[in-house]
Amino acid sequence: MRRIYLDHAATTPVDPLVAEAMLRVLTDVPGNASSIYAEGQAARALVDRAREQVAAAIGATPAEIVFTSGGTEADNLAIRGALKAGRDSRDGLVTVATEHHAVLDTARDLAEHAHVRLRVLGVDAVGRVSAEAVAAAIDDRTSVVSVMHANNEIGTLQPIAEIGAICRERGVNFHSDAVQSVGALDFDVRQIPVDLVSLNAHKFYGPKGVGALYVRRGTRLATIQTGGGQEKGRRTGTENVAGIVGLGIALRIAAERRVTEGGHQARLRDRIIDGVIAHVPDAVLTGHRTDRLPNNASFCFPGTQGESLIVALDLAGFAASSGSACTSGDTEPSHVLLALGLERHIAQGSLRITVGRATTDADVDALLAALPPIVARLREASAVSV
Amino acid sequence: MSEQVFVAMSGGVDSSVAAALLLERGEDVVGVWMRLTPGGVDTDAPRCCGTDQAGEDARRAAAKLGIPFYALDYADVFGRQVVDRFVDSYASGETPNPCVSCNHYVKFDALLRDVVGKFGGTRLATGHYARVADAPDGTRRLLRARDGAKDQSYALYMLGQRELRRIEFPIGELVNKSQTREIAARFDLATATKAESMDICFVADDYRDLVRSRAPHAFDSGPVERVDGSVVGQHAGIGGLTVGQRSGTGVATGERLYVLRLEPERSAAVVGTREEITRTTYELRDVRFTSDAPPSATFETSAVLRYRGTPLAAAVDVIPDGALLRLAAPALVAPGQAVVFYQGDDVLGGGIVRAGSLS
Repeated sequence: MRRIYLDHAATTPVDPLVAEAMLRVLTDVPGNASSIYAEGQAARALVDRAREQVAAAIGATPAEIVFTSGGTEADNLAIRGALKAGRDSRDGLVTVATEHHAVLDTARDLAEHAHVRLRVLGVDAVGRVSAEAVAAAIDDRTSVVSVMHANNEIGTLQPIAEIGAICRERGVNFHSDAVQSVGALDFDVRQIPVDLVSLNAHKFYGPKGVGALYVRRGTRLATIQTGGGQEKGRRTGTENVAGIVGLGIALRIAAERRVTEGGHQARLRDRIIDGVIAHVPDAVLTGHRTDRLPNNASFCFPGTQGESLIVALDLAGFAASSGSACTSGDTEPSHVLLALGLERHIAQGSLRITVGRATTDADVDALLAALPPIVARLREASAVSV
Repeated sequence: MSEQVFVAMSGGVDSSVAAALLLERGEDVVGVWMRLTPGGVDTDAPRCCGTDQAGEDARRAAAKLGIPFYALDYADVFGRQVVDRFVDSYASGETPNPCVSCNHYVKFDALLRDVVGKFGGTRLATGHYARVADAPDGTRRLLRARDGAKDQSYALYMLGQRELRRIEFPIGELVNKSQTREIAARFDLATATKAESMDICFVADDYRDLVRSRAPHAFDSGPVERVDGSVVGQHAGIGGLTVGQRSGTGVATGERLYVLRLEPERSAAVVGTREEITRTTYELRDVRFTSDAPPSATFETSAVLRYRGTPLAAAVDVIPDGALLRLAAPALVAPGQAVVFYQGDDVLGGGIVRAGSLS
């Protein structure tokens, strides 16, 4: 059966150029980037080059890029590291109910175990937090505000430029988890007043297991793990040279293709949104209709369960998700959808379709043909369920 | 959509071999595993097929076989239909039968309906030791497993034609355990066996702790009485007692006394001698027939009163809302237990012993 992959928010296939470059590193560059001799220097040069590529893609300087093991670690480093480095009187953390678990659970952990004063802000029906609400939540003890750029489940974009401006005015560190948007959208730290930005290679056709944190020059950040002192002590541990090389090239390619890719994907996304709304009765679009990631079409189908939707679609040849891949297998409705104010029975029937570079109009046609009867079948079967 | 057979995989060797046999037959096989935690299930219950550890075992088996695999969540229905029923049963003085409930409400109802209704599967296979065969009249019959020592048909008596038309028990055809091992070895499957069915699989330790936490009133102490009403002792709660078990009372008189009846309304346990507690007639509720109808209003049968019990000669009278079981010789079966009607290897049906009937 031909497989149609429509879960690019979970992960993207590695670009062949990226894979090729990484393989060369694995086979030809045996050195440790911290070693003084030639092998080490060769590895160090590759890491430096990748750091330049990442910096160039987001308008930063290379010294502001810290490589990590991925988005989760970047989020942890940003939030924990900034709070830890902050002055003692600054113990406040402000974030939003629709953040990824990497942020939300980190925040809750800090509130529970590190006496951090946590404020979690609500969102409107399309998933947006208001800049005013953020401004109102900041007090003179607030250390960090963390608001994601684009939501991983519903694609809604947050007004991070406005929020960043408020944070800057109030002297508060502003972190943004931009794991879903870097590579897909123009993200320039010269335009957006943000101090800490998390990004993740495998969301833009790079390898899994490598990410980065942008740390604006002057931002106080303490390390959260101890060891050999790599990454100027901010993220210690031997550099994942092949992964870092892959990240750099992947982000360079993504930046080069962004304009054409974004337009292509947004058109397919809109075809999916319009087609699903037209052909699946009572389909609910989740997230903002236009102010959303160019590749994200997410819905709720009352009378279905996300888990069944995913299995039925998989058996029909489609890879899609019912929300975050990180919580797949969990039948609890997504915290993001509940934060929008959706009732549990509606939030349970969620489906996230995220297109990618290789997605075609024919793929969308196939999805739009397959989905309505699947939803109808599931609703019929659920209607008699115990 | 192609004709797909879904196999309920527990992580144990039996269901893995069931999947392997279907693959060998050239079937398009899909593995499913039922997550049952939470929902009253101990996450570390070692014999439970619904814990995450069991799910990992099932996933590994599916990967060995190279079949698609899905972990599906049935914690809610399991919690309501198996665990809650189990607790309610003990709290009301009955003896529950969780395997019967699980087969009845979870595997062959909720899962089967999802497989067919939601996922477009044509059939559901499980690793039960039993057989399903086509009868000349076009119906499907439920039969004992070829290997009588492993037979699990007792816990499947509630299946009717609607279910039997969709069900397969591939390992029910195997003649002995060495055949299972041989197939497992051929497919490089782990041969660790799950504990046999009929265990209280979802609690790690003492089931009474579960009953006590859910239904504390079942552990109010109360009188132990003889049939004539004379009080011979006290008990620590009917939730810890089972009809038919030896009673600690009566030691003074030198008699062997057994629990005859539990009366939850007044927290009383009635005990009696072996002769006093056995009967020939029992009333059954929730009576089901595999052919969807009784063979006749009254029929002769071999009745099995417990899992792997000896078949006993009996007659069954179908009555409104149930059936009367008339045994040729007195025997004891606790309220809440299943009585299954056999004719040779054929399972005709069965029912649940009604509490407080015909005492």
